[in-house]
Amino acid sequence: MDHQKCRHLLGSLSDYVDGELAEEVCAEIDRHLEECENCRIVIDSLRKTIYLYKVTSEPPTVPEEVRQRLYLSLDLEEFIERKASNEASKP
Amino acid sequence: MNQEKRVEEFSLEALRAGDKAEFARLVEAYSGVMYRLALKMVEDPQDAEDVLQETFIKAYRALPNFDGRSSLSTWLYRIATNEALMALRRRKSASVGQTISIEEPAPNEDYEQEPIQIVDWCCLPEAEMMSAEARAYMEKAIETLSPALRTVFLLRDIEGLSTQETAEVLNVSEVVVKTRLSRARMRLRELLSEYFGERAARRSAAEGEGL
Ligand SMILES: [Zn+2]
Repeated sequence: MDHQKCRHLLGSLSDYVDGELAEEVCAEIDRHLEECENCRIVIDSLRKTIYLYKVTSEPPTVPEEVRQRLYLSLDLEEFIERKASNEASKP
Repeated sequence: MNQEKRVEEFSLEALRAGDKAEFARLVEAYSGVMYRLALKMVEDPQDAEDVLQETFIKAYRALPNFDGRSSLSTWLYRIATNEALMALRRRKSASVGQTISIEEPAPNEDYEQEPIQIVDWCCLPEAEMMSAEARAYMEKAIETLSPALRTVFLLRDIEGLSTQETAEVLNVSEVVVKTRLSRARMRLRELLSEYFGERAARRSAAEGEGL
């Protein structure tokens, strides 16, 4: 295994999984991955890591008490009740 | 990841004029994402709530001067991120009594760390990777990141902002965003590999014994 090469590519792996690399660099990594199992594992686990954080992230909601206190702190008490209608329109 | 991409159907004119109903709509639309970000940034519900309130109080005050050069959501993210970083700074300096820079990565994050954990754990069943215990571990892993890396990771990979939007929020270059994101992801990969790799090994050992 060409350690030098692995180290050289390390900083590009994140851009690689985002598909944000220039074509030549991307091709270079593709070629390296064919012959380097370690880097394949690193890439796979990097992808999986990002994926897991994305799928387990909570929906963007505010607990009701927190929301009420937020509206009070903003002097928006009169609008607190709109929750129900807005909830329904959320995806 | 769609909530950030929503069309910004707010009347800037009304918002700048201090229209309360329009501002309430803005709060309703964005308080969820800002609270989620604050919680993950400061790791404490009370601090997160303070950040949330401060964010919208400051936004309301600043709206008359909002120039519309960035989108409303980017602008709100910027206020929330600054508030969260300030809350972290206050707490850290109060508890440790030392000054730490939270705009910069910690010294040990200032280089590309070579992967230590090279284990294939991708074969684990998803249910095991998403168990309550695994999620708690993943939360803890985020907390080990310096605020500088954590912020970029949360904005890019959790909130779904683009590199350019994240750069705008943090007022740094896109190159800096990419570098920090890379370091954050690689560190998290390392920590998750440690955790899940062990489980994958246990599983295959059990299978080898015919259990
Ligand atoms: Zn390699």
